[in-house]
Amino acid sequence: MRVSLEVNGETHEREVEPRTLLVFFLREQLGLTGTNVGCDTTSCGACTVLVEGESVKSCTVLAAQADGRSITTIEGLAKGDELHPMQLAFREHHGLQCGYCTPGMVMAAVSLVTENSDLDESQVRQGLEGNLCRCTGYHNIVEAVLDAARSSREGAW
Amino acid sequence: MSILGNRVLRKEDPKFLTSGGSYVDDLPLEDALYVVYVRSPMAHARVRSIDVSAASSAPGVVAVFTAAQVDLAPRPPGAPFANRAMVRPWLAGEVVRFVGDTVAAVVAETREQAVDASELVFVDYEPLPVVVDPATAGENETLVHEAAGTNVVLKIPEDLVNAGIMPPEAGTEPGDLFDACDVVVRQRIVNQRVAPCPLEVRAAASAWEGGHLTHWTTTQAPHGVKRSLVEIFSLEPDQVRVVTPDVGGGFGSKIGAYPEELFVAWVARRLVRPARWVETRSESMLSLGHGRAQVQEAVLGGTRAGRLLAYKLSVTQDSGAYPDIGAFLPSATRMMLTGVYDIEKVFFSNTSVTTNTNPTVAYRGAGRPEATAAIERMVDVFAAEIGMDPAEVRRRNMVTSDRFPFTTPTGTTYDVGDYQAALDKVLEAAGYDELRAEQRRRRESGGTKQLGIGLSSYVEITNGFGGSEFGSVEVLPDGRARVRTGSSPHGQGHVTAWSQLVADQLGIGINDVEVLHGDTDVVPRGIGTFASKSLQSGGVAVLQAARQVVEKAKKLAADLLEANPTDIEFDKDHRRFHVAGTPSASETWAELAQASGAEKLSAEVDFAAPGATFPFGSHLVVAEVDTDTGGVVMERIVAVDDAGRLINPLLAEGQVHGGLAQGVAQALMEEMCYDDQGNPLTATLADYEFVSAAELPSFETYTMETPTPINPLGAKGIGESGTIGSTPAVQNAVCDALAHLGVRHVDMPTSPMRVWRAIDEAKGNR
Repeated sequence: MRVSLEVNGETHEREVEPRTLLVFFLREQLGLTGTNVGCDTTSCGACTVLVEGESVKSCTVLAAQADGRSITTIEGLAKGDELHPMQLAFREHHGLQCGYCTPGMVMAAVSLVTENSDLDESQVRQGLEGNLCRCTGYHNIVEAVLDAARSSREGAW
Repeated sequence: MSILGNRVLRKEDPKFLTSGGSYVDDLPLEDALYVVYVRSPMAHARVRSIDVSAASSAPGVVAVFTAAQVDLAPRPPGAPFANRAMVRPWLAGEVVRFVGDTVAAVVAETREQAVDASELVFVDYEPLPVVVDPATAGENETLVHEAAGTNVVLKIPEDLVNAGIMPPEAGTEPGDLFDACDVVVRQRIVNQRVAPCPLEVRAAASAWEGGHLTHWTTTQAPHGVKRSLVEIFSLEPDQVRVVTPDVGGGFGSKIGAYPEELFVAWVARRLVRPARWVETRSESMLSLGHGRAQVQEAVLGGTRAGRLLAYKLSVTQDSGAYPDIGAFLPSATRMMLTGVYDIEKVFFSNTSVTTNTNPTVAYRGAGRPEATAAIERMVDVFAAEIGMDPAEVRRRNMVTSDRFPFTTPTGTTYDVGDYQAALDKVLEAAGYDELRAEQRRRRESGGTKQLGIGLSSYVEITNGFGGSEFGSVEVLPDGRARVRTGSSPHGQGHVTAWSQLVADQLGIGINDVEVLHGDTDVVPRGIGTFASKSLQSGGVAVLQAARQVVEKAKKLAADLLEANPTDIEFDKDHRRFHVAGTPSASETWAELAQASGAEKLSAEVDFAAPGATFPFGSHLVVAEVDTDTGGVVMERIVAVDDAGRLINPLLAEGQVHGGLAQGVAQALMEEMCYDDQGNPLTATLADYEFVSAAELPSFETYTMETPTPINPLGAKGIGESGTIGSTPAVQNAVCDALAHLGVRHVDMPTSPMRVWRAIDEAKGNR
């Protein structure tokens, strides 16, 4: 079947098998390998992307279901060389180590803060429960998200 | 001012944050075939027949391989002293020995076609009785490996005594071990099996060009993988290149090369096409090596005044179906047996057994957390028995700071430490007295939300396996520096730390240092990243190479400036070499590198530290336990860690944080479970309780810096300390919360069910 998706501002039309998952469409058809696959049960969140601005685990959505939608992946988050405040905050707070969960974690965090920038530590922790990280112990990720939320409240986003 | 000791942000990050890393599954590989393994759904069974006809004729399928076609010798066990008959076939043709054992490899043009066809392979299994419980495996009539004639893999110290590596007395329990003790406490402790769960699962790809193999793989030790490939395919070293792109975590589970990875090279050679394999998470849970899996019988004795005198630990180590390094890790448990305490009489024994489960390997701490968990739990049990504060029992028995280097009764020599200072610091930081007062108030109130305070004072061994590590520094004609390191990282931040070390010596910026790793054609030798050894071995090698480059540069500058080398000064601030007193005539790094010509301005160092180092610390955990539900909430985690001199406190802190989380994970949540038929019950991330942000508090971390005399940096390892220290602190906190209810011990993971049952049992309901 034929699908048309707007990914990071660019429209892509492709022929796909009906069973093609969004994440494999992004990785294999478009070569956007920033989005990773970390599990097969929708548990880890490594594949999180934004669909119409909301975080979605792209291993649990068919490319066909995303037909006609607008997708943002980690590759499309920065504006040219200017990093998104969430990307900056992750770097500033050492919110990543091996980097594997990072794209999904950042996209989930962007969605979380977009939904409600006035959140506290507990809300960040609950809000990111669906994104697993084995390296950082989450401490610095939480710091980064709180910092980015602050900058969002101050109008920096 | 030196850049060392500063919280330098990582050079690695921009790529990960914008386009993502380059992991094995991300690599474009023209014309590559996909490999999917067919895995046994049975824990122990005879393979009667395998029918591959339907799979072979499925769309896109190029080949289906079974044991019959494999012309490679089975792999010997991966642990020293292991029973040599416990070999691992590349594909199981006669007997499958755990759920996840590979019986066939399906190779197709696309990933989807290979997965589809793998469903069409029909294997006729004849079920066999299973061996699952390690505690009884040694006596079980059913044998996992018939040819071995036993389920015992190895014994420590017995096998090492017999080999002459350990003195005979190490193998004999003293008859009077507990004679001087007023009080002797005993406890059976299960240090449960856990899944390492790096976020990136295993993946490998292979391509042959003529007789030359390029193998991409996600590993902690690329040169080790190269050695395996050279041996398996009888190649010369220059015929094999192993490339390790970015690695999405390892935690010990990616030190050794797995058969599924190496076999991809066999497939690629056989079919004369590149081939690639990436496992699913559910496959990974079944067959990426598991960690821990010890059953311990601990006995601790001492005086009523709180002096510890004698300690005995008897261990059964579950090695899984094909003994790997996990079978030998109890040797590390023995090394660190007495922890931070001065206990005069000890005895340790271990029997490693094979069972119909996934093999065990190294996992963050690898044998040492098991030692710390045992002694730290026992100190609390002992303290409760004599009615003394557990902090006080710890303080009274710690090796004091004036006794280093200190050799323990098991023959381990600790370099340097101040264990009491770490304990005092954590008690003060946590507000120990106030916490105990709050605990008393809650106990008196009789409410359902009780407070537990758990302590753990640890010492651990890093770079314990010795050996050297390679590092080189080359100054390029543009004045930048290129570093090659045998320490192949997977998230630790080597690129940033090594850049700091070189920048500090050469006076250049960290962005003018390029660090190359993870390619055996680029880095001539290497050991890898494990055992918390990188900075103190690979980092020191790079440091020394940088120093040698500075000396070489001085000689070269002397030639160019027609002066005596001893008269040359290196003005680090301005990155210039000049004759003392005449700074106007000088040579820059770029000029010297250009002048060095074919010789190159470079140095290579293989650094072997004269010994291991012993980071230490004290952790304190505050847990709130709901006595109605058994639910546990982590209120606070306070950690004091000493890893010697810190080169980048930001990176060290990151290591501690991750370690703390993994400690909480084991103590509170995670367990890889099998039922009594060897069926895995927690084989997906939906079933396995991988710790998330929601179960953890923010950490309160403090550092001490007691430099080690073992290496020129004064640095010890910090990769595993967090896990080693925090695991027993969490468990002790949970037990402590229930102590007034009559509960003495709860095994890990201290899940709501276990906690609730322990309370219920203490009430006499069971």
